[in-house]
Amino acid sequence: MTEEQKSQKGVHDIGGEPSEQAIDRSEHRLSDWELKTDVLMKLMQEKRHIVVDENRRMIESLPKDMYEGLVYYERWAESIERLLIEKGMLTRAEIEAKVTELDARYEPEHP
Amino acid sequence: MTEPQIARRFAPGDAVAVRMDTVRDPVGGHYRTPHYIRGKRGVVSQALGSYPNPELKAYGGDGLPRQPLYRVLFDQSDLWGSRYTGPAGDRLEIEIYDHWLEPA
Repeated sequence: MTEEQKSQKGVHDIGGEPSEQAIDRSEHRLSDWELKTDVLMKLMQEKRHIVVDENRRMIESLPKDMYEGLVYYERWAESIERLLIEKGMLTRAEIEAKVTELDARYEPEHP
Repeated sequence: MTEPQIARRFAPGDAVAVRMDTVRDPVGGHYRTPHYIRGKRGVVSQALGSYPNPELKAYGGDGLPRQPLYRVLFDQSDLWGSRYTGPAGDRLEIEIYDHWLEPA
């Protein structure tokens, strides 16, 4: 395999790469935000704004540091945001403004 | 109306090789054929029908014409060489779209 072909390998495409790290097979109960992220994607698909292949493409296009630093549904959330911006449905500024607004009135249900 | 589709080129038992890349590769981003399988030779075990190409749907396209999808068997020792320490006859079965395969 040439260097050029190696460089086209996506951040997710790690099958067969040697690793000293044991695979973490433990399961965890999904948090509310993880369930909501899943539902948000289902809604986007149902309303034909996003197809699952676009989500995969966007996740696989995330910068390597970001991809490796995010957990599963954080990658989904980042991908949804980027896809909606790419499609011109929302702007980065609109999303940031909404996040700031929600942060200000956020009260944890279970502190 | 029937969706346009690429004719099926392979049948169970056919020897195939996985391409190193396809014309879509320069775009980067999304592909359905992992690198560890590229350039390897295998045998078709099953033809699974034709589906809109997910590598095109990933960029907002309709994925047409439909691409035939196959299950292909590879010897584990061919994939991993000396790193493979499992049973000699163990094989990997993986689904690969037609445009990633060529006759071998």
